[in-house]
Amino acid sequence: MASLEPIAVSAPPGRGRIAWRRYFSNPLLVTGTAIMSVVALLALLAPWTTSYDPYSIETLNRLQPPSGEHLFGTDQLGRDVFTRVVYGIRVSLLVGASVTAIAGAIGLLVGLASAYSPVCDHIFMRICDGLYAFPSILLAISIVAIMGPQTGNVILALTIVYIPSIARIVRSAALVVQEKTFIEGLRAQGAGVFRIMGLHMLPNVLSPLIVQASFVFAVSILTEASLSFLGAGIPAPEPSLGNLLLDGKNVIFKAWWMTVFPGVFIILMILGLNLLGDGLRDFLDPGAGSNNRFAKRKKAVRRRRRRSD
Amino acid sequence: MTKYIVQRVLSLVPVLIVVAVVVFLLIHLSPGDPASVILGDEASEESVAELRSRLGLDLPLYRQFFVWFGGVVTGDLGDSIFMDMSVTEAFFSRLQPTLSLAVLAQTIAVGIALLLGIAAARRRGTLTDQAVMGFSLLGISVPSFLLGLFLILLFAVKLKWLPVAGYAPISSGLWNHLRYLILPAMVLGFMQAALIARMTRSSLIEALGEPYIKTARAKGLKPGVVTYKHALRNAFIPILTVIGETFGTLITGASVVESVFNVPGIGQLIISSIQRRDFAVIQGSILLITVTYVLLNLAIDLVYGLLDPRVKLNGGRGR
Amino acid sequence: MSQAPLLEIKHLTTKFSTEQGIVKAVDGVSLHIDPEETVGIVGESGCGKSVTAESILRLFDEKTTEYGGQILFEGRDLLQLSEEEMRKVRGNRISIIFQDPMSSLNPVYTIGDQIMEAIRLHQRASRRQAREKALELLRLTGISDPERRLRSYPHELSGGMRQRVMIALALSCEPRLLIADEPTTALDVTIQAQILELMNELKEKLRMGIMLITHDLSVVAQMCSRVIVMYLGEVVEEAEVTTLFDRPLHPYTSGLLKSVPQLDGRRKQKLYEISGAVPAMHEVEACCRFAPRCPFATELCRSKAPSLEEAEPGHRVRCWHYKDIQANGGGSDGSGLLVTA
Repeated sequence: MASLEPIAVSAPPGRGRIAWRRYFSNPLLVTGTAIMSVVALLALLAPWTTSYDPYSIETLNRLQPPSGEHLFGTDQLGRDVFTRVVYGIRVSLLVGASVTAIAGAIGLLVGLASAYSPVCDHIFMRICDGLYAFPSILLAISIVAIMGPQTGNVILALTIVYIPSIARIVRSAALVVQEKTFIEGLRAQGAGVFRIMGLHMLPNVLSPLIVQASFVFAVSILTEASLSFLGAGIPAPEPSLGNLLLDGKNVIFKAWWMTVFPGVFIILMILGLNLLGDGLRDFLDPGAGSNNRFAKRKKAVRRRRRRSD
Repeated sequence: MTKYIVQRVLSLVPVLIVVAVVVFLLIHLSPGDPASVILGDEASEESVAELRSRLGLDLPLYRQFFVWFGGVVTGDLGDSIFMDMSVTEAFFSRLQPTLSLAVLAQTIAVGIALLLGIAAARRRGTLTDQAVMGFSLLGISVPSFLLGLFLILLFAVKLKWLPVAGYAPISSGLWNHLRYLILPAMVLGFMQAALIARMTRSSLIEALGEPYIKTARAKGLKPGVVTYKHALRNAFIPILTVIGETFGTLITGASVVESVFNVPGIGQLIISSIQRRDFAVIQGSILLITVTYVLLNLAIDLVYGLLDPRVKLNGGRGR
Repeated sequence: MSQAPLLEIKHLTTKFSTEQGIVKAVDGVSLHIDPEETVGIVGESGCGKSVTAESILRLFDEKTTEYGGQILFEGRDLLQLSEEEMRKVRGNRISIIFQDPMSSLNPVYTIGDQIMEAIRLHQRASRRQAREKALELLRLTGISDPERRLRSYPHELSGGMRQRVMIALALSCEPRLLIADEPTTALDVTIQAQILELMNELKEKLRMGIMLITHDLSVVAQMCSRVIVMYLGEVVEEAEVTTLFDRPLHPYTSGLLKSVPQLDGRRKQKLYEISGAVPAMHEVEACCRFAPRCPFATELCRSKAPSLEEAEPGHRVRCWHYKDIQANGGGSDGSGLLVTA
């Protein structure tokens, strides 16, 4: 039938204002950023938010229940639990941010290279498949256990474990862009590899990368806590939410506060990051529909189906 | 179908090779000489040297790999340094608690998840739907050991209904067996239910929007028949994939929960081996677990081929 | 009119509540279909054709949909029936064929299962009898090797074949009314002709009425005795096929007619295009809905909505200026169009 041009409705308002409006109409994103800002502020301002020292031992004050003096009570060595929680959050955020940054950067490079060159694709993706097959906690535990429980090793182990998930996302997003004709055109014009990757593919893989990074942030905090809880993570006197809970477990009959308070903060952080991730995905990719956290899984299923065709 | 199976099996070969290499290299990550790390600081030079040659550590790296890999292929994963048995024996002696726990947890998870996921999809956008989504967000946000501790606080410490931790084999009576497993199974089940419910909801919603659903309604079928016979059967294919994957993680990744509840399963074996630096057991168990996981995924793929007629047909046609 | 119509729709409105508010997708549509008659419904995408069709079977989610008016069929108002009574009408007395045969069949069940399901739902039949009936239907719709096809899955069939299966499915209970919603749009041109031929044949055999929804006027010319033109949820013109092609009175109809490529050799003539796009339903205001795109629109058109008037017996039109157009001998030069059929 008649081919029809769409009519412009009205002049679009400024981009910035639209972005703000979209931000505030996205409850997941707003809640997520709110939770994370509060938690992060609490941790970053640690020397001001608490007057206690996380390491000072006061044996007289052992296992005191929460009170005006010790908001979250004290632990088996008389240390202030609130203070240790606040410093623990610092460690969690440090580990999460480092893992996300390093795994994000390496994953981005690997993903782009795989999308660009078939040889890289074969090598890197086989390695990723292999790493992916390991249960992530067990792989991380083994690495840390063998290398020695230190914060740096925890970060290294988690980075190795989470690179494949980022590389895969980047690769598939880059492949989609690469099939577009404009990349073909650039190639025909003689544009170099780095120009095409940096200027044209990078911006297009950025939103899936950011979304995935926020989930990696959440899982690495979660895994770090599990590792420390099992005694294969952040080593003892340094507080981390995981080893606080390990301490708590040993006195769970006597001191519930040592389990409940660090626990609530872990949940808050991971919940906040998950909300942030879900919200970001809606924000950056409005077409994707809200509950498609598992869209990639579904895509994998479809890929499987297609592969078998 | 045969071609499909062969293809799938062949695609596993590179994955398994990478897995083997990584597992082999794990032990070489240790700072310094593995033999002296294993034996600790006070060991004499002779005993370290003896262990080195026993573990083959004095060979060049690639020869070590082939010696080790040759053993793996013939089913010899080495011996535990601390327990008086081979790694395979140690592994299989700990398999039963892990399997019991996994089966119980998966039953709980699938039951809850299908119920919630279907309810949410059928009442999309209502309060039910939002509650289910909230539940599943919580499920992926609460660390398993933490949920375990909370449940222990509630059911074992406060209410005293169930034992705090431990394990009793089936031979001591089914109820006794289950009593110990209920809490850890609830923890694992809850987390898996979150994943499966999300998948159920989203794939059922997708299936309910397909044109063939309209055809089914236009035939005059009842809404229940449309949902369960026509939509769910189609939605079930991705759901099954997630169920399979989560079952894989239950068998392989229950280590944290096992250690919270002191269940003597595979996870605990690995963690105690890590504390004892029993490298052969760590290597062997991780290898076995990962291979199990890979094979489970293969099994899911094959079942998938049975469920979806489009996959069959000698690997040809399809959409 | 000699006999009571098979289907009579009176002032049907269908409203959906969406996140953007309430959308009136069908607004006061009245039409009728006589027994054994084929009526065409034409219009661009988004004009409410399909919604009208699916409203007849009440296929929308009634939690978010509100119907108004009456749909009289076999002496009952379908809009008043309970959900259970309605289910006895669907697929039994009234059947529908959808546009996309690729996705309208359930991929995980065999063709036989899907046809037999419909038969056993509405008729007392054993599995054996249902199978026999299904075979017969497949033969009737001209599917070769029906025994084997019964056991095939949809993906093993070609598009044309699948549409034949859809027709077999729709006819399984010998409905009185068949609604065909763009049955050939997704098919190759040669297959299109075969499917239309088949529908004509089956209509003769089964003596049913057909409501044929299409945007392809050549299909209308080939199949229908009467045509209803819809625009933005309203009927804008209704006439016998020949009348409509010869003397279209609504500028929209003329536009549709002129935008069909003609095969009479006058290549130099530019293909006509109706300017502008179909506005979204919720943007509609109190005026002639076509006014923003109409070449003849006046102040009157922009301030007041016209009503559907009878210009000549059996020819109704919704336009303020139809008399001027009538005086000029219709809005289209009318020639040549039927050649394409």
